[in-house]
Amino acid sequence: MSLDARIRASRGRFTLDVEIACDAGSVLAVLGPNGAGKTTLLRCLGGNLAIDAGHVRLDGEVLDDPATGTFVAPEHRRVGTVPQDHLLFPHLSALENVAFGPRARGVARRDARERARARLAAVGLEDRAGDRPARLSGGQSQRVALARALATDPALLLLDEPLAALDATTRATTRRDLRRHLGDFPGPTVLVTHDPIDALVLADVIAVVEDGLVTQSGPAAEVARRPRTPYVADLVGTNLLRGEAHGTEVAVGAATVRLAETADGPVHLTIAPSAVTLHPDPPQGSARNRWPATVVDVEMVGERARVELTGELPLTAEVTPAAVADLGLAPGLAVWASVKATEVAAYP
Amino acid sequence: MSRRPRPFLAAALAVALVLAGCGGDDESAADSTTPAATEDLSGSITVAAAASLTDAFTEIIEGFEDEYPDADVEATFDSSGTLSDQILQGSGADVFASADETNMAKLTDTDVVTEEPTVIARNQLVIVTKPGNPEGIETLDDLADVGVVALCAEDAPCGRFAGQVLEGADVEIPESSVTRGQNVRTTLTAVTEGDAVAGIVYVTDAAAAGDAVSTVEIPEDENAVAVYPIGVISGSLERDLADAFVAYVASDEGQAVLAEYGFLPPA
Amino acid sequence: MSRGRRRPPVAALAAAAVAVAFFALPLVGLLQRADWRALPDDLTRPAALDAMRLSLVASLAATAATVVFGTPLAWVLARVPIPGRGLVRGLVLLPMVLPPVVGGVALLSAFSLGSPLGGWLHDTFGLQLTYRPAGVVVAETFVAMPFYVITVEAGLRSLDPRFEEVAAGLGAGPVTTFRRVTLPMIAPSVAAGAVLAWARALGEFGATITFAGNIVGRTQTLPLAVYQRLESDRDAAVALSLLLLGVSFAVLAGLRDRWLVRR
Repeated sequence: MSLDARIRASRGRFTLDVEIACDAGSVLAVLGPNGAGKTTLLRCLGGNLAIDAGHVRLDGEVLDDPATGTFVAPEHRRVGTVPQDHLLFPHLSALENVAFGPRARGVARRDARERARARLAAVGLEDRAGDRPARLSGGQSQRVALARALATDPALLLLDEPLAALDATTRATTRRDLRRHLGDFPGPTVLVTHDPIDALVLADVIAVVEDGLVTQSGPAAEVARRPRTPYVADLVGTNLLRGEAHGTEVAVGAATVRLAETADGPVHLTIAPSAVTLHPDPPQGSARNRWPATVVDVEMVGERARVELTGELPLTAEVTPAAVADLGLAPGLAVWASVKATEVAAYP
Repeated sequence: MSRRPRPFLAAALAVALVLAGCGGDDESAADSTTPAATEDLSGSITVAAAASLTDAFTEIIEGFEDEYPDADVEATFDSSGTLSDQILQGSGADVFASADETNMAKLTDTDVVTEEPTVIARNQLVIVTKPGNPEGIETLDDLADVGVVALCAEDAPCGRFAGQVLEGADVEIPESSVTRGQNVRTTLTAVTEGDAVAGIVYVTDAAAAGDAVSTVEIPEDENAVAVYPIGVISGSLERDLADAFVAYVASDEGQAVLAEYGFLPPA
Repeated sequence: MSRGRRRPPVAALAAAAVAVAFFALPLVGLLQRADWRALPDDLTRPAALDAMRLSLVASLAATAATVVFGTPLAWVLARVPIPGRGLVRGLVLLPMVLPPVVGGVALLSAFSLGSPLGGWLHDTFGLQLTYRPAGVVVAETFVAMPFYVITVEAGLRSLDPRFEEVAAGLGAGPVTTFRRVTLPMIAPSVAAGAVLAWARALGEFGATITFAGNIVGRTQTLPLAVYQRLESDRDAAVALSLLLLGVSFAVLAGLRDRWLVRR
């Protein structure tokens, strides 16, 4: 059971043009900012939106292929979807919601309810079987929505921002539980999110979509460690630079960055914000990288201060509040930024 | 303080005097049968007239307004029963022309009309059918099983008369075949526009419908005669004008118009 | 100072009281005018019973026809992007503003025996609508359906279309989705619309008398019977009016709040 999709679809002036693949038992997170086209992608996979060009193949079966005129309607695709906002049918109980799929596909009422009961038990909600959705909490309704999607034994599971409708406390526990359930699902799973932590925790593979295009994809840890676009770098919270490497020196615009190991050709450079140190005067010492910079903004994040810098290189530094005070960091202040060569990661 | 109100006041006073002077005497206006020669009669009156008088009275009113340019006559046409009821409830009509004496009696008995009403016309009933008389109706008897027949409501004069005529001829139309119109005009419409096969209306209405209907005469000895009295409402605020109107209807000019539309003379 | 609930402003309450009086006073006047001793007789006379039976059957039939044809119509107006949808909606809502008699005349021109369609129906199927109870149902449906359509269309529009997508994703075809998801979720609108349509059908006069005529036992519904007796038998007219008002009031008062609230 695997998914293979090459999708070009337009909605108004927005065009989505992506290629994704997901193996059975694997979870693909489609990560991107709002408006990037993530929900459009899910709608194309689910059959609610026909693609303009490309193909959608699930288990070798073609679900959508404009070139051959093939289009399988949503009700005939074996795709289970957990929508954003969950969208449980308000006039049906949790049990009836979960039993809806099987019954719609012709399973006898009693058998469908048995199946539904089992699914609810699997998500720990069998005692809420008779409750209407209005009486369920956000986390509970999400689990019922998941049970409902899985009740039809789908070949592909889609989740749209599965944790977005939850408050912070519930999110963490639900994320953990969801990881377990997704692990139990035998088919491919595509989940869409704007939260990098969701992607990192739940997914095996991440595809980053920005403005309708995939800007980066690969194993989750890899994407996080080696971001290729400012968006991802931002998400992951690291500095990302691009330049031309010759030996241990990388030309980034007019500035030079020195590496600990050699590299050649165009490279991406990541520097952890915490590795950037700030000084009032050109620093002496072992750091071979130093550049003049001007403070743009200082922001407290948790117990650390993130300092946004501009100059030869745009950088974000993470320093202690004490350092902020010592250096008198404020917008407009001229400082020197320094990074050890060993703290600079370079990759093609 | 402004000085303007005073000349204004003087002018208003002058106008009032002139109007008062124009009032004239009104005690014996109802007795005359020739129109008052005062062409400076002005004001506005409402005439409530039986539906069957619609066309004739519309023309009469035009003629009246031509003769008295400062007068304004509004007319309302409906079943005499409806109109008399409305007048009793204070509808504010100044003149009432009824299609039967019964409805006029409702007003004279209660002193709403105090002067003796004048009979201005008479009318008779006729059978109307679709153009060309496709069902071949020849007598009242034929109405008993020809299909849906349109009759006026029982408390409208034409409905009462139609009932009398049918009873007199010993003809019974089954209730499930009778559609009742609220006044003679809507009864006529059931035949001209609707699917009623035939109807009983006044001769004058049939004439007004022209080619839209064919007529079948009701023999003189079986027919009813409707008498049209006209009277002035005693509470009218425009007695002079109302009296003048009644006089006009009874005059040669008014009578000529009524005859033109098929009404029989009063006597 | 205030203990929890804020009292509604006095001005609003006063204005509302005036409005309520506006509706209550005529009803009270009618109650006073009624001849209560004669009421039972007035209401049990054959023609009166005929009118009651006819009104009941015709208004219910008209409501049924309204729901059967009005629901798909409301669905199309709410969901299907046909060209000129605004015009179609305008056409469907026209009977709401049309004087009923004008509606009756329009129906005549379409369905009377003299019209092409009416003539054909009569010649081919022996079907005649004028002067028949069926014609009463047609006239009442004509004036009542717009009320239903406008209510149900609003209900459909306020329904999140994603629910229907979810149902499809779970394997439900269009009919199943409509039956198990859409319809139950718009049930309050359907109920409210049907009640409004029924009330309108019950009170219909102008189109009925013009199109179906005024035949005792066949097409003389309660409103026509009232009008007929207004001069000749005022007490009976009042009695029948009270009956109409009483029945309508009972049903309308039963309109649940939540049926009128948009989800």
